[in-house]
Amino acid sequence: MARAISARGKLTARLARHSTGIIASLLFVAPIVWTVLSAFKPAAEARLPPLPPWPTTGFSLENYATLNSFGDGLWVSAQNSIYVSVMTVILSVIVSVLAGYGFSRFRFPFKDLFFVLILSTIMIPFQSILTPIFLVLTKLGLHNTLTGLVGVYVTLQLPFSIFMMRNAFDAVPREIEEAARMDGANNATMLVKVMLPLVWPGVVTIALFAFLGAWNEFLAALVLMTDQSKFTLPVMMTALQSGRFGAIDWGAVQAGVTVMMVPCLILFLALQRFYIRGLMAGAVK
Amino acid sequence: MTTITTTTTAPPRVRKRVGAGRRQWIGLIYVAPAVALVMVFFVIPLGMTAWMSLHNWPLMGEHSFIGLGNYWAILRDTRFWNALRFTGYYTLIVTIAIFAVAFPLAIFIERPRPFTNLYRTMFFMPAVVGFASASLLWSWLLNVDSGLFSPAAYDLGLIDRKFNLLATFQPAFWSIIAMVVWKVAGFTMIILMTGLQSIPQDLQEAAVIDGAGPFARFRAITLPLMRRTLALALILSVAGSILAFDQFYIILRGGPRNQTLTAVYWIFNQSFVSFKLGYGAALSMVLLVILVALSLVQLWLLRKPEGLD
Repeated sequence: MARAISARGKLTARLARHSTGIIASLLFVAPIVWTVLSAFKPAAEARLPPLPPWPTTGFSLENYATLNSFGDGLWVSAQNSIYVSVMTVILSVIVSVLAGYGFSRFRFPFKDLFFVLILSTIMIPFQSILTPIFLVLTKLGLHNTLTGLVGVYVTLQLPFSIFMMRNAFDAVPREIEEAARMDGANNATMLVKVMLPLVWPGVVTIALFAFLGAWNEFLAALVLMTDQSKFTLPVMMTALQSGRFGAIDWGAVQAGVTVMMVPCLILFLALQRFYIRGLMAGAVK
Repeated sequence: MTTITTTTTAPPRVRKRVGAGRRQWIGLIYVAPAVALVMVFFVIPLGMTAWMSLHNWPLMGEHSFIGLGNYWAILRDTRFWNALRFTGYYTLIVTIAIFAVAFPLAIFIERPRPFTNLYRTMFFMPAVVGFASASLLWSWLLNVDSGLFSPAAYDLGLIDRKFNLLATFQPAFWSIIAMVVWKVAGFTMIILMTGLQSIPQDLQEAAVIDGAGPFARFRAITLPLMRRTLALALILSVAGSILAFDQFYIILRGGPRNQTLTAVYWIFNQSFVSFKLGYGAALSMVLLVILVALSLVQLWLLRKPEGLD
């Protein structure tokens, strides 16, 4: 009797727990799903309120086609975004792996000063130094270029990714290096052939954060990219949503938001382990 | 060549010193690209911000030194102070709202049970979407004619006329709060979860045996042992909110009636719409001081606990 009651109590608790979990999950995921589904409506239907969210008058890619007709088109902005994000990933990985290795394994003049300098940039909001960054880029001839934007994004990633990489290298036992050195490996081959495979999880983590950071950044791109052909997706979509290209086409906004969200979601779902790792590293420090 | 001779002939200690001496400069080469980037895109601009703030600096034409003129102007700039007050108000409300949602979620997913990982992933998904994407998404959901909320409420018969959520301050402000909580709560949840997981389980069990109820345990064990995590989550939320821009620019354009201009938005307007670069730099210095002060508070709050603390 008593056992039956407690079993029923357990069942009720489990039921309550999972209904809470499911309802909360739906609340968090619904806006994303709603947008992705609505983007597949024909343009005429996309103008109406999204009830229900899925297309009722037939599946269509019209919204994506319309999106490509605004300004320089979706494809140009998407290319810009891809270029900026991929370059930010490559450069921030190279720069942070080198610096992380340097800070972890060598003793050199001003080492502590440089390390503190790089980490302390996290305290300064980049929003407050955008005007001079604009002037510096002009001076370097990088004004209104995607390369200039990449430089800014890489710098923004450095405090986190160098901290990550230095810790990753610190965790590698020195005996491994000494053994490799005995075998005649020089510094460069050692870094690439011996050390890199050992710190690979850290590299994936910083690459993921660099991609998401560059792909999603808005204010710097808005300020520094003045030419429409250089707009990244967030800037281009905001221009569209503000009615800069005439009446606001909400179907096109849904399609654009989908294009902006899907890469982030796929990367996160595929590399979740590394993402959480990065958060923990930041949180535990 | 020299190295080889040293390694073969010299005693071990000398060999080590020579090796270290040679390696010193190599280390500098490894960190040079990072230091150069930080110099060009951070240190120099930071110095320039301070320098420019002492000038009248239009986009075109000559700039002129005006000493503290910009700072005196800031004192009389009621719209900046209004923006700062609004930013403070927003920061307070949104931080409370985020914690009110994120803390229960963190407790919900803290221990590994069936489907916990799935729920955690679901709650976290909006956090990887950018603020700009989330703002564009919600600007559509909040739209009076083509959006979701107002038409849905109308269809359900909750309101008898379509209601524009973005036309007046209160509904517009709370819409932004809802959007930010949706986007950020999962992130804060993960941070809080790491804190919860670091509390030894036997401490809680001992308290249960001593007859402590769930609230007593929360106050006497959970909160004090989570001090550093709580401080971190709090600071991240506060710093992020003080710098808020995307959502107010994209969804509200600072409206209705310029009531939702944040500090960064005002600096953006002064620098890149009115092109008063010197004045914008002075405003930036004020923001910078606030954020650095906050970071110092953070360092103090995150200090390692002394003894049992």
